[in-house]
Amino acid sequence: MIPVIRKKSAFRGLHLRENKFTASKPIEILPFPSKATVALQQSLGAPCKFIVERGNIVKTGQKIADSGNYVSAPIHSPVSGKIARITKLVNPSTSALMDAVIIESDGEDHWIEMEKKFDICNSGDYKKLKGIIDSLTDEVILALIRESGIVGLGGATFPTHVKLKPPPGKKIDIVILNGCECEPFITSDHRIMLEYGKQVLAGLYIISRILSPGEIYIAIEDNKRDAIEYISSLMEQMGFTDKYKVVSLPSRYPMGAEKSLIKTIVNRTVPMGGLPLDVGTVVNNVATAKAVYEAVIEGKPLVEKVVTVTGGFENPKNFLVRIGTPIIELIGLCGLREAKECRVIMGGPMMGNILVDTDFPVIKATNCILIMDGRESIEKNCINCGRCIRACPMNLMPLEYVRNVKKGNYGACRDYYIENCIECGSCAYVCPANIPIVGYIKTGKSMLPKK
Amino acid sequence: MAEEKASMAEKMVLSHAPHIWSGFSISKIMYIVVIALLFPAAASVYFFGYYALILLLVSTVSAVLTEFIIKKARKKKFVMDGSAVITGLLFALTLPPRVPIWMVVLGSVFSIAIAKEAFGGLGYNIFNPALAGRAFMTVCFSREMTTWVLPTYFKFDAVTGATPLSEGFVQQADRLSLYWNMFLGSTGGSLGETSALMILAGALILLALRIIDWRIPVFYLGTVALGSFLLGEDVIFQLLGGGLMIGAFFMATDYATSPVMGNGRIIFGVGLGILTLLFRQYSPMPEGVCFSILIMNAVTPLIDRYIKSVPFGYRRKGKNA
Repeated sequence: MIPVIRKKSAFRGLHLRENKFTASKPIEILPFPSKATVALQQSLGAPCKFIVERGNIVKTGQKIADSGNYVSAPIHSPVSGKIARITKLVNPSTSALMDAVIIESDGEDHWIEMEKKFDICNSGDYKKLKGIIDSLTDEVILALIRESGIVGLGGATFPTHVKLKPPPGKKIDIVILNGCECEPFITSDHRIMLEYGKQVLAGLYIISRILSPGEIYIAIEDNKRDAIEYISSLMEQMGFTDKYKVVSLPSRYPMGAEKSLIKTIVNRTVPMGGLPLDVGTVVNNVATAKAVYEAVIEGKPLVEKVVTVTGGFENPKNFLVRIGTPIIELIGLCGLREAKECRVIMGGPMMGNILVDTDFPVIKATNCILIMDGRESIEKNCINCGRCIRACPMNLMPLEYVRNVKKGNYGACRDYYIENCIECGSCAYVCPANIPIVGYIKTGKSMLPKK
Repeated sequence: MAEEKASMAEKMVLSHAPHIWSGFSISKIMYIVVIALLFPAAASVYFFGYYALILLLVSTVSAVLTEFIIKKARKKKFVMDGSAVITGLLFALTLPPRVPIWMVVLGSVFSIAIAKEAFGGLGYNIFNPALAGRAFMTVCFSREMTTWVLPTYFKFDAVTGATPLSEGFVQQADRLSLYWNMFLGSTGGSLGETSALMILAGALILLALRIIDWRIPVFYLGTVALGSFLLGEDVIFQLLGGGLMIGAFFMATDYATSPVMGNGRIIFGVGLGILTLLFRQYSPMPEGVCFSILIMNAVTPLIDRYIKSVPFGYRRKGKNA
């Protein structure tokens, strides 16, 4: 057996009610939608431009938007069919309008030509798989990852090929695979580890092959014991060396946040305003590792996502869906419970964005569709209790942002390091006055005077 | 599908992330404090009889009513969040046992109307409302505010007598029994301050539920103990005497009027201790807890301005940047 390392949380953190109703529900594969809406902006970095026009016929997996910029990821068609029209969508995280195309499916799902180098489902010859991976050059792997449109699927959507190529002079000696999934309700990463564990580990092998770190950690919270056991047994089966270590972490929110995770596992502190690579570390999500495997070994672009549909449903489920599927189709499959009011959330209950339109499609960043009842929230005065400060994993003073944003005193927010906030929502969760602190922080950040 | 979409569209509401809340609200905190305050309140009724009960009730009802009237007059929403109950109770507990009822009403109204609502209500007040009310009483009715009675239990006829602090304990021959009486509360003094036992019982609840920060009472009492020792005073007597116990656990720990950072709270506690020692040593008044806390309340914004948290990953400028 591969030994499992246990670590204590390096920060106070919150203990949240897990509500992971779908943890034992296998991923259902959903048929491609008759109409897919594909947003133009699905990752951080330079915006893409369409390389197709209205009326064009596209295949599943065909690139439809790209950018000449290095820090960007192309976008692919999730169905085969005709580009019907160009439309606008409201970006749920920024509320800005973004372009999107509607692709009408031809009902056939013709895929592009893909070169499958290895069949991981039916072949147990992992030596051969390693041989294939080792024979590929870094440039080939990174190009495949870029061309497949792989981005960080933990939510940040930072282009993966950029993350895997540290700037000259920066040496990466630690790679962490993030399987924490610390938000309540969401189980997509959990199911990916259980059902696509081989792909995830092979993806991790590819990532490590490029970065050649000294130590590799697979971080999983201890509320997913089955995943910890399965992954460590797979590692033995697939012949992973002892450079790879499984770490069991306490279920404390926000354990899955990069900076908290790095501090907890290797006790390194990412400097303020810095990135994990400043402390020689790269963190990748398990869903990203799976996508990396599919891109490099199967030539498959990122057109599918595992999405948990949960909350106010009779029958919450996990789905493998095509990007571009309107979320109303997912909602319709789970038996929405009657409620007077509801909130439709893309993402988890702590950091998810509220949606205003149920036609909004699944995007690369989507890992969960959560329905919650309406909640009456009356904001009261701050009573200076300091609970927000003690809950903050970044040791910030959230009450000062509320105070200064209310006064319109945005510059003062910088004196309290507002840019360092990761918007995890811990402060607002514990606030006895029920102040939507994260809302004030987002306002404060957007109004921050230029340096 | 279209039907479902239409029915959903009507129901969809907006909110900010996070979409879940701990539910540990201001009201919950306040009512837990009220429960904790019932311990010293019960002691005051036990030692000073029904009149104490009447004072407590009158003070609490006046406080809540005052808040209600002011909120309505200013066309704001009145929320029964328990904070006025605390102010009313605390205020009554700081009074001598036989204060006339009309004075209590006046003081309670002052606490809420002037010290709390005039500043903008809960969270915006600079001074602890109950103590501001007591300071007002001390100035207006100095005779009544220094008329002490010995514990009467449930008899109405009171015997005037001194508090241990005003009398000076030197006359007492048996120190151990004096300490014991002071700990239990069977000495003269303000309604709620005499029984250290019951104050500690209430405070233990607040500490266990992490409603109050241990730093303030520990550093306040610690400073007083250390200072008394250095000045050659009787440490136990100084700790148990006067309003120190109830002040340290229930009044100095008020969120709105105490610093927000842990280190700020340590400074606050030490400052309180030094002031209390000074007042007790040099002031003609026998007791200094009330004014110590009010003065440190005034210093709180200054402490909060300079005592900040150190963010995760903070590096001083110029150092391995």
